[in-house]
Amino acid sequence: MGRVHRLALLSISATVAVGLVACSSSPEESDSGAQSSEATAESVVVYSGRDEDLVDPLISRIGGNIEVDYSGNTNAQAAKILEEGDASPADVFYGQDAGALGALDEAGALAPLPQDILELVPEQYRGADGTWVATSARARVLAYNSDIVTASDLPTGIDGLLDPRWRGQIGYAPTNASFQAFVTALRVQRGEDGARQWLDGFLANEPVAFEGNGPLMTAVNDGQVATGLTNHYYWYPFKAENGDAAPIELHYFAPGDPGALVNVAGAGVLATSTNQEAAQDFVRELLSAESQAYFADETAEYPVIDGVTSSYDLPPLADLGASDIDLGQLASLEQTQALLTEVGMI
Amino acid sequence: MTHLHRGRPILAAAASIVALGALTPLVYLALRSFEGGVGKASTLLFRRRTLDLALRTAALTSAVAIACLILGVLAAWVVTRTDLPGRRFFAVALCAPLAIPSYVSGYVWIAEFPSLAGFFGAALVLSMSCFPLVMLPVAAAFAAADPGRAEVSRTLGRGALRTALTVELRHVTPSAAAGVLLASLYTISDFGAVALMRYDAFTLGIYSAYRGGLDRTAASILGLVLVLMALVLTLAERRTRRGATARIGSGSPRPAEPVELRRWTLPALLMVSALLATAVAVPILGLVRWLVRSFRFTIDWVDVIDTTLATLRYSALAALAVVILALPVALYAARSTSPVARAAELSTYIAHGLPGITVGLAVVFIGIRLLPSIYQTATLLVLAYVVLFLPLAVGSTRAAIHASPVVLEDVSRTLGNTRTRTDIRVTLPIAVPGIAAGGALVFLTVAKELPATLLLRPRGVDTLATELWSTTQVFKYGEAAPYAFALIIVSAVPTFVLDRAIRRRGERSIRKENL
Repeated sequence: MGRVHRLALLSISATVAVGLVACSSSPEESDSGAQSSEATAESVVVYSGRDEDLVDPLISRIGGNIEVDYSGNTNAQAAKILEEGDASPADVFYGQDAGALGALDEAGALAPLPQDILELVPEQYRGADGTWVATSARARVLAYNSDIVTASDLPTGIDGLLDPRWRGQIGYAPTNASFQAFVTALRVQRGEDGARQWLDGFLANEPVAFEGNGPLMTAVNDGQVATGLTNHYYWYPFKAENGDAAPIELHYFAPGDPGALVNVAGAGVLATSTNQEAAQDFVRELLSAESQAYFADETAEYPVIDGVTSSYDLPPLADLGASDIDLGQLASLEQTQALLTEVGMI
Repeated sequence: MTHLHRGRPILAAAASIVALGALTPLVYLALRSFEGGVGKASTLLFRRRTLDLALRTAALTSAVAIACLILGVLAAWVVTRTDLPGRRFFAVALCAPLAIPSYVSGYVWIAEFPSLAGFFGAALVLSMSCFPLVMLPVAAAFAAADPGRAEVSRTLGRGALRTALTVELRHVTPSAAAGVLLASLYTISDFGAVALMRYDAFTLGIYSAYRGGLDRTAASILGLVLVLMALVLTLAERRTRRGATARIGSGSPRPAEPVELRRWTLPALLMVSALLATAVAVPILGLVRWLVRSFRFTIDWVDVIDTTLATLRYSALAALAVVILALPVALYAARSTSPVARAAELSTYIAHGLPGITVGLAVVFIGIRLLPSIYQTATLLVLAYVVLFLPLAVGSTRAAIHASPVVLEDVSRTLGNTRTRTDIRVTLPIAVPGIAAGGALVFLTVAKELPATLLLRPRGVDTLATELWSTTQVFKYGEAAPYAFALIIVSAVPTFVLDRAIRRRGERSIRKENL
């Protein structure tokens, strides 16, 4: 047998060996289609659009037989559920914003929740048909670089961002679900034409589009742009990572302005779930005092039940928000998409 | 000389089955594109934005293709055909960029040099990610080249450089074209670089459409346009193969004498060093800064090792599956001129031009309906990798087979061996460097693949790429850095195998007992 053969065999067997060694060393994964219904009859499968680092500690705290699928952000997860159709293994959808929950609800993918769960949260934090509840809240803000601008120069509302002085100095994340929820709020408040007008004016001011809130925060902090439209709670871990010397700060728009929208993360049970009761129990757990305290203290979000305070210095939720926006109205994501596509933002 | 293999039904059937499997994303795209009616589809297709995206994507792809061609061929020639000091080190080190995800290198470049944002930044990051796609197959071709012709050329009084430019370059043209095609397809399908550099290309539009909403029609329409672009690129590459010759001469291949660089040693050293610095050192230094700047720096070693093993496993399984499934297609394409052979090869390239999220969703859609028992298992994920990365092995395997002398197969057949036996005993062994190169490329590309991995991985399994994603999502760059480093270290495994395959000096003689 020639050396050529030996080499061929050697390289192929090396590859196989690496594969087998790696295979045998990972007991955590059974490769037998483990999510077939009888094997995991009692486990709840959660499709999370929220980050693993944020959700995992919560899951450990809740305990029980819960499997979480982190396949991407909220919209990607919702798209995956729709692509899976009737055969979806998901029991619970846990998403980052009211828009995706509303869209799943409209697609008929969510089952109604029992009254006792709905009543745990104030009325404005429930889906219109009672198919989902909010689990935590967050405010839209304008992050700014305090080395470049002073707080007193910042506008009180989004119309101030159309001023030519901000040309090329505003960062935004057009594909981000929270930004799109803000545009939906804008449409709800000002109508299609009013929203289009603001978006055109905003684009004329040459804002800088970012892939997500991470790169946006970094760019504001590094002074690539002076300001950026984002969510309040990103700022806390960012400061923790980069130290207090980081020049990035937060500015809140005046209450009632579309830019002051308070959006929510929330959960719903899938209509196709064969495990409805256990799935509902999980949603209940997300609303327990312990879980709510976790959001308040770990992710710097606002709790949605009474009597939980945050270790962070958060401005009171009551002082914020576009109070005249109903979260149920944020479901019209498709029209928002169409408008953003039309003006050329996405 | 064309060599017709008439009536190879088994080979044809095997190649066709693989090709049909590779086309499954097209079925999904067509379904999704037209579910809202033809009117909606054509409105979306004939938007100004579609044209803008197409032009911007074409411009970026041209720039990256040209850069990769020049850098890849030069680097390959220097590390395989010259007496450059440290050429073996460079041969291995220059493969490392393949393992650095564009979303990592893009992030580092934009953080260090914000002014790069846009076309130039995207072109730079993608060229640095992709030139090894040209370098590897070309290096394999240089290594497998019969020095006879070059020697004749030298005897006739041509200098080493002229010989390299005329004789040797002609020999590696098919490999170079195959590599440039892969680089081009990578460019039209890559999301990380264009997203971070904020260059509005097709993939950005596709991701926006998916991520922005639940309407998958717009994203699918754009996907179909990308399929068309991939088709055009693949057909263009095919034209370059015309006039490529197969070896028919007698005489067995043997290693060529390396060219002495002499006064060109320093410039050559500077060139490969500069390439290495730009493609590998900058991202690595950026990662070191992540580590140093982070206030929350913890390394969970157990998790890093577990995740690394999972990544190795998926990459190895995918490389093996892709190499095996690519064989019938490559063999058929290299040795038959039938339309079926051409169509089969072409089919394997289509999905490679699509972004991972599109292929991922297609596999979700089709997998849960047709193969529910393997949905969300490693098996389906590996199948998705096969669909995504088949061409990485098909191209280099076909080129290697093409470059092996047909006369040996003829002798083998004359001696009474069956076609299949001839394939296994004669043709494939000669093509081993090309096959190994393909396998290594798949290994490296799978290791860093993110979107399809995220969508399809079994629950509870993390790979280095998904860990990197989930940690950077929440600004834990310090925590992310070890996973990025592990990814770069993982890349050393296949490059080592590759290096061995390319440099079997004096071991490439084909012995008579094999015939």
